[in-house]
Amino acid sequence: MTASAGKDGFVLFDHVQKSYDGQTLVVKDLNLSIAQGEFLTMLGPSGSGKTTCLMMLAGFETATHGQILLDGRNINDVPPHKRGIGMVFQNYALFPHMTVGENLSFPLEVRGLGKAEREARIMRALDMVQMARFRDRRPAQLSGGQQQRIALARALVFDPKLVLMDEPLGALDKQLREHMQYEIKALHERLGVTVVYVTHDQGEALTMSDRIAVFNDGRIQQLATPSQLYEQPENSFVAGFIGENNALAGTIERLDGQTALVRLANGELIDAAPVNIREVGQQTLVSIRPERIEFKPENMPPDVHTVEAEVIEVIYMGDIFRARMKVAGSDDFVMKFRNTMGQTRLSPGQKIRVGWHPQDARALDPV
Amino acid sequence: MALPTYASKLERVWHWAYLAICTAIFVFLIAPILVVIPLSFNAEPYFTFTEEMLSLDPDGYSLRWYDSLLTFGMVAPDAPRNAAWWADMWTNARWVNAAKNSIIIGVFATLLATVLGTLAALGLSQREMPARRAIMAILISPMIVPIIISATGLFFFYSNPCEALTWIGLNVQCGRLAGTYPGVILAHAMLGIPFVIITVTATLVGFDQSLSRAAASLGANPRTTFFRVVMPLILPGVISGALFAFVTSFDEVVAVLFIAGPEQQTIPRQMWSGIRDQISPAILAVATLLVVFSIALLTTVEMLRRRGERLRGLAP
Repeated sequence: MTASAGKDGFVLFDHVQKSYDGQTLVVKDLNLSIAQGEFLTMLGPSGSGKTTCLMMLAGFETATHGQILLDGRNINDVPPHKRGIGMVFQNYALFPHMTVGENLSFPLEVRGLGKAEREARIMRALDMVQMARFRDRRPAQLSGGQQQRIALARALVFDPKLVLMDEPLGALDKQLREHMQYEIKALHERLGVTVVYVTHDQGEALTMSDRIAVFNDGRIQQLATPSQLYEQPENSFVAGFIGENNALAGTIERLDGQTALVRLANGELIDAAPVNIREVGQQTLVSIRPERIEFKPENMPPDVHTVEAEVIEVIYMGDIFRARMKVAGSDDFVMKFRNTMGQTRLSPGQKIRVGWHPQDARALDPV
Repeated sequence: MALPTYASKLERVWHWAYLAICTAIFVFLIAPILVVIPLSFNAEPYFTFTEEMLSLDPDGYSLRWYDSLLTFGMVAPDAPRNAAWWADMWTNARWVNAAKNSIIIGVFATLLATVLGTLAALGLSQREMPARRAIMAILISPMIVPIIISATGLFFFYSNPCEALTWIGLNVQCGRLAGTYPGVILAHAMLGIPFVIITVTATLVGFDQSLSRAAASLGANPRTTFFRVVMPLILPGVISGALFAFVTSFDEVVAVLFIAGPEQQTIPRQMWSGIRDQISPAILAVATLLVVFSIALLTTVEMLRRRGERLRGLAP
């Protein structure tokens, strides 16, 4: 489930393994090709190996096995300071004893640029993040969001071809985080720089990325565009990790090309689209997004199987309602429906029948 | 520490008792140092307060002991105070020479201790460093081992430093370190290193290692990273350590007694022989000057350090 390691990738992980103690592999056989100008996000729970991958790319960790190529060059033996990769750290890592301007000047000075050139570049980078009037401040005098912008400007000021971001928005509050997501995205599009972004926030990953690599247990579980990842998860880990998801356990009753009939534990039948299912009688976990569940018969396709559901609670969330229901014996089946004019209100205890388009229910391998 | 309005009677009593105890401890610590100061202005060659002094009679006080610090050991102390007298004082006065020695030895020992101690602390703060605790314990040991033991060891080692090489079959002859300036400087550096290691290690605990990584990602090689990022940020710790190392060297007498020759007479050693040979309040004058010097040194360095921290945005 990894990308084919084409030799044309701008960044290429080729059979990379990493172990800290010589026994357990934190990263297991990673193959990943990142195109020039791409915004690739490494998404996964903590301990999934995503940060280790980023640190290997930056040069702060060495790969135990395999090689990492940057622009066709093996960088395994290149020290971090000679890789020319920009990096934004989670805690910003601004130099506290330097002003904003000096922080930005640092990478230019170590590259031996002249004063005039440095000034021009610093002003350009500061304008890019709308921080020009803060150039004589010290990091301690800036808010978290402002520090993050400076960190971003510093990582970009020396025009690196590749920028790594290690959970850069983790310390910001929700509103600022969302705002910065759009800003980073816009910067990426304007500059055409390749970005490798690490996060454990799936919303962030979906909003910003061209492609997302979902990490778990040291492996890439799926590498796909945000919409593919959300709508067509390839295994139950991805389905469960990205977005909210209902999982119904059952057995394949009938397999018929693009559709499958699944018998649930309580004997009810549902329609689903088989994903990694090969034969009738196989155990499966059917995954359905809460917002794709319908409870009004006129919204369901004809002849679809429906299941009985008992409403347990309905939560008002402003733009949507979130109803928790008891379906096939499990009582954490969630349905979301829009708060439109004249929407049917459900109340706890009510019994309804729910259904869905067969392609929205994906029969995945059980984990 | 004002009392809250709801304090009970017992709490009030304890509050005042607490202040009294604190004051008593303070007096206990500071009185021996303060009592020296008026005595050093004694007009008589006694270590006690005279009648005149107690009645605050100006005749009971004089600067004669301060003057004797300059004249003691001079060829012609009673000559008119012209250029020749000052030259005589600069070359022959015992206390002046002792001060010169103390400062020379202190400065070089401090430089050596600061450089070596800082490097050691940097190495010991690396997580990959094996046997960190054991190495730390060994490096700190000069502070824990009774100084007379270190001094005895140093005496034998410095008397013939190359003797150790004969144990591995090399027969090298070299000069002795005992009785030389480098010998005393090395010994004092050894005693000062633990202070530098401790203060710098404490500063490094608060040092954000991602700053080094950030510097590397921005293209700075390890040397540039050290001088432009690490060093400025740990400088307060380095300065504190250097100060401790200097003070250690400046008031150290045991190692000097063992190792130094007549050339390396330092202030503490001069005081030591002064007490043994001829009891004179001159020693109280020296003590007073040293107290003033120490306070001035501490204040200056601390003020510089705070100013630096403020400038570098480390403190509000």
